[in-house]
Amino acid sequence: MNQFLIKLTATQQIGAMFVLVFGALVLASVAAFLLSLRERGDDAAAEAWRANLSRVDGVLRTSWVMVFVFWVGWLSGDATTLVLFALVSFFALREFMTLSPTRRGDHRSLILAFFIVLPIQYTLVGTKHFNLFTVFIPVYVFLAIPVVSALANDPARFLERNAKLQWGIMVCIYGMSHVPALLLLNFPQFQNKSAFLVFFLVLVVQTCMVVQYLASRKFKSAPAAPAISQSFGWRSWWTGVLAGSVLGGLLAGLTPFAPGQALALSFLACVAGSLGHLVMKALKRDRGIPNWGSSGVSVTGAGGLLDRVDALCFAAPIFFHSARWYFGL
Amino acid sequence: MLAKLMSYFLLGLVRLLTGSQARWHGCPPKAEQRIYFANHQSHADLIMIWAALPKELRSVTRPIAARDYWTQTPFKKWITTEVFNAIYVARDKVDDQDPLAPLYDALGNGDSIILFPEGTRGYADEPQSFKSGLYNLALKFPDVVLVPAWINNIQRVMPKGEVVPVPVLCSVTFGAPLQLGAGEDRRAFLDRARQAVIALRDV
Repeated sequence: MNQFLIKLTATQQIGAMFVLVFGALVLASVAAFLLSLRERGDDAAAEAWRANLSRVDGVLRTSWVMVFVFWVGWLSGDATTLVLFALVSFFALREFMTLSPTRRGDHRSLILAFFIVLPIQYTLVGTKHFNLFTVFIPVYVFLAIPVVSALANDPARFLERNAKLQWGIMVCIYGMSHVPALLLLNFPQFQNKSAFLVFFLVLVVQTCMVVQYLASRKFKSAPAAPAISQSFGWRSWWTGVLAGSVLGGLLAGLTPFAPGQALALSFLACVAGSLGHLVMKALKRDRGIPNWGSSGVSVTGAGGLLDRVDALCFAAPIFFHSARWYFGL
Repeated sequence: MLAKLMSYFLLGLVRLLTGSQARWHGCPPKAEQRIYFANHQSHADLIMIWAALPKELRSVTRPIAARDYWTQTPFKKWITTEVFNAIYVARDKVDDQDPLAPLYDALGNGDSIILFPEGTRGYADEPQSFKSGLYNLALKFPDVVLVPAWINNIQRVMPKGEVVPVPVLCSVTFGAPLQLGAGEDRRAFLDRARQAVIALRDV
């Protein structure tokens, strides 16, 4: 089996990966559908069971969309992938800004963030200006945004407003843009297979988050920061990070890394992703909302996209830069 | 053809920028004759409600446009007549004609309308007090259903004096229909209608 896979060309290998992933999704969806057919009665246990099933349904639906997006991106080349990730950035930032109160004076800064910074950042990724792309937002935009805000002549809560905008840009644009940047890294003997790297990162980080979530429900240990998150405990955190890292080590064959390197890089990505998720939870608590918008309930109509991608936004830059630094690319 | 393309373009733009989510809280979207009345904070309000309505209702629901402004140039005129199918209303009263006459015609034809009873855009948190147009229409057309709506967040998309909109999620909440009570006082009814709109802010 392994020999067979290795003999395939890069394109065939990636195609095989998609067949596997789509197959797994079909199986999971069919299983969820069959489970939903079963009669459960009307008592409290059945209610809870149904609520769980609808949550699983939600996760499955997001997974379908994500895999489909990756697939389309792979079929139609790097440019499309960049556009797709730029759109994800756009929608995530839209959610972030919706829930951070801005004033009229922020209008020009917001235009700058959405319509100038975002396209430039993704263009820099697309044209492989890796040095400029890593400093463009922290160095240049960091100055440009407050200058535009200051010119709007509104001193009320100036630092707070600018910090929020700067944060939104860092997480939603800077962090997210590192995911497609992985596609353009040129590892020796790994040409045309960078799609695996993106898949690897997403799979490892998502596994870590899911295992951490399941573990936190099982262990019911004391939360580490109860005012911020009721579900974040050190024990479940370790479990999630370990699960993600071990999976990363096992999937080393997908990547240009040796198993040890894959394990270490996955470990870094998992730590960054899960802690980043905690940080975003703290931000949400500050705004007094349980999540970035559960559809149908919130007045903003936010779809909760940021809830799903925030771990990735924090993991991607760290993964990208440690890989780049370690392999001297 | 061109008008259709333009309406798809505008719909896409509004959805991209605001999500344009409709929340039907007091009544379902339904093909009956209605007057939607809402708070007015931005030029984009009209297109928000228009985009939040389902496609079938959009074609029979007509917004109101000020005649002097929206017939200034051929493009403005084209977009209000062909895309929005707007009803023109004169802002300045000329020779004793009832300014609501075009609305009576439209309602008489069976169209639904979108109304901003404040008259002008407000910039406070709460809408200004309502003008009497809504009362007159309710009196004259008792069978038309009056649906209050709250447009959330739109003033952040395009504040006064700005040209380029920014993306912020917005929603339109539609509430339970209102009825003019028998012999209800004009002011009392208008205040009740205003409260019904404000109440939708927090559902």
